[in-house]
Amino acid sequence: MSADVFIVTEHLGGSLDDVTFELLGKGRDLATSTGGQLVAVLMGSGAEGLAAELGAADRVLYVDHPALADFNPATHGAALAAVVGERSPQIVLVGNTSMGMDLAAALSVDADLPLIAYATGVEHGADGLTVTSQLYAGKMHVESRPTGGRCIISVMAGSFDGSAGRGGGSPEVESYAAPASIESSRVRFVRLMEPEAGDVDITQSDILVSIGRGIQSEDNIPMAQELADALGGAVSASRPIIDNKWLPKTRQVGKSGVKVKPRLYLALGISGAPEHWEGMKDSQLIIAVNTDPNAPIFDFAHYGVTEDIFEVMPALTARVT
Amino acid sequence: MHIVVPIKLVPDLAEELEVDASGTALDTEWLRYRTNEFDDHALEEALQLREVSGGTVTAIALDAEEADKSLYTAAAKGADRLIKITGAGEKPSSHATARAFADAIAGLDADLVLTGVQAVDDRDGQNAVLIGRYMDIPHVSVVTGVSIQGDTALVHKEYAGGAMGEFEVTLPAVLGIQAARETPRYAPVGKVRRAMRSATIEELASSGTAEAGSSVTRMFRPEKGQGAKMLTGSADAIADQLITIMRDNGVNL
Repeated sequence: MSADVFIVTEHLGGSLDDVTFELLGKGRDLATSTGGQLVAVLMGSGAEGLAAELGAADRVLYVDHPALADFNPATHGAALAAVVGERSPQIVLVGNTSMGMDLAAALSVDADLPLIAYATGVEHGADGLTVTSQLYAGKMHVESRPTGGRCIISVMAGSFDGSAGRGGGSPEVESYAAPASIESSRVRFVRLMEPEAGDVDITQSDILVSIGRGIQSEDNIPMAQELADALGGAVSASRPIIDNKWLPKTRQVGKSGVKVKPRLYLALGISGAPEHWEGMKDSQLIIAVNTDPNAPIFDFAHYGVTEDIFEVMPALTARVT
Repeated sequence: MHIVVPIKLVPDLAEELEVDASGTALDTEWLRYRTNEFDDHALEEALQLREVSGGTVTAIALDAEEADKSLYTAAAKGADRLIKITGAGEKPSSHATARAFADAIAGLDADLVLTGVQAVDDRDGQNAVLIGRYMDIPHVSVVTGVSIQGDTALVHKEYAGGAMGEFEVTLPAVLGIQAARETPRYAPVGKVRRAMRSATIEELASSGTAEAGSSVTRMFRPEKGQGAKMLTGSADAIADQLITIMRDNGVNL
């Protein structure tokens, strides 16, 4: 085992995801504590240009192969397993993202390493690693420690400061040969589908009236729309509303939706699961209305109300109409 | 086409969660268990695929509180076959759970395994991907669309910002379902009761096991940080306060 800290970079459409820099920032602290190098694993095809942005790392391990041109759970998984298997880093940080979810658990089995998921905190000291994970939709936190010295940790996006990972520096770029096995993969990338445009762009709205499960029925959405119209804002939503097809995908705030930073985020009947938090935590003013006083949204909202949203919505609309 | 749907039972978050005396686990005394909501989506997608491509749908769960009810509910919704894996232990880790599922499914001649993308308690990893690697079959996670074309599945995987990757996956494969094409169907109590009388749960003894490789040293409610300042009063009084707060914070009304 080496004392190195590996972070798995993530890129889509030629640009690195924010989570990569968050992992680099945290990885820097961890590598200082373990006494090893901070190594960024970059997988792609003709993507070595991205290494220039990974200056916070001591070294970039670049795996180049046509089968890695677009993210693929099978080929990226096999390449990552080969790198980690050979280099034996002490800690591997992966984003708990769509790509990371395919990689982290697979690496755990392939490299026979423990995985601690949903991490929002990672500390390394004289007595080893302590990882804090957010479980039960954010209602409980647990601290875990790996049994041996080594561990894969999948980190919730937005948990660490990305600015610390955007440092300059010119890391050494080392090419790493992809394993031959990725030539014939049982998963084949077909195409990348961009979101349909045409609907309201909620990232451009200063005021968002955001609805969750608490809206109860599609029939109640006009009430939220009236409030949004009166406030001069737009209606956005958490995942269940989109899954029910009550609003288009373009309105989804969160991990698999969009990230928003409005001046006002009015969360109505949204519990505030970690996946939602990821998408709206940078809003300037967060006001949450939810009848469940234990809803996690109240942990990070600025103002909270436990009254019925069907009472509060019309009362607000009346005051700004 | 044989589609297998592994189902996990998880604590019902509508109930208050408490930490037990050990300080490392949930107090189970008042805990209620329910089917992982993403597994409901996986079952729905399996039933929808069966309507298009034919075949059978098998629901499979580890022996746990409410497992029978969850399986009978799956039957009431349309699952053809129900299997309960016994002997996987109390509160198995994600790794142990996936290992038990993988070993059981290996003997079922499955073409496709659909399970929820995640569960609220999978501290050491998500079921779909772990099952895929234990069975050495391909996996794709965060899936919102599946169609079958011969011996391959065409799969849509969600990324942030609404983008999606399309993949062609050689079967058998395991997919972590984020959302089914339709809202998961509801099984009325009467139908579940009928399923309890007519359907049979087969039992399979668990064979292999796996370790999480880590242990919980502490469980706690998240610190509230600053937390929200809570406003009280009538809806009208609250609305008045909220308008003032918005204006004070520079929201242009």
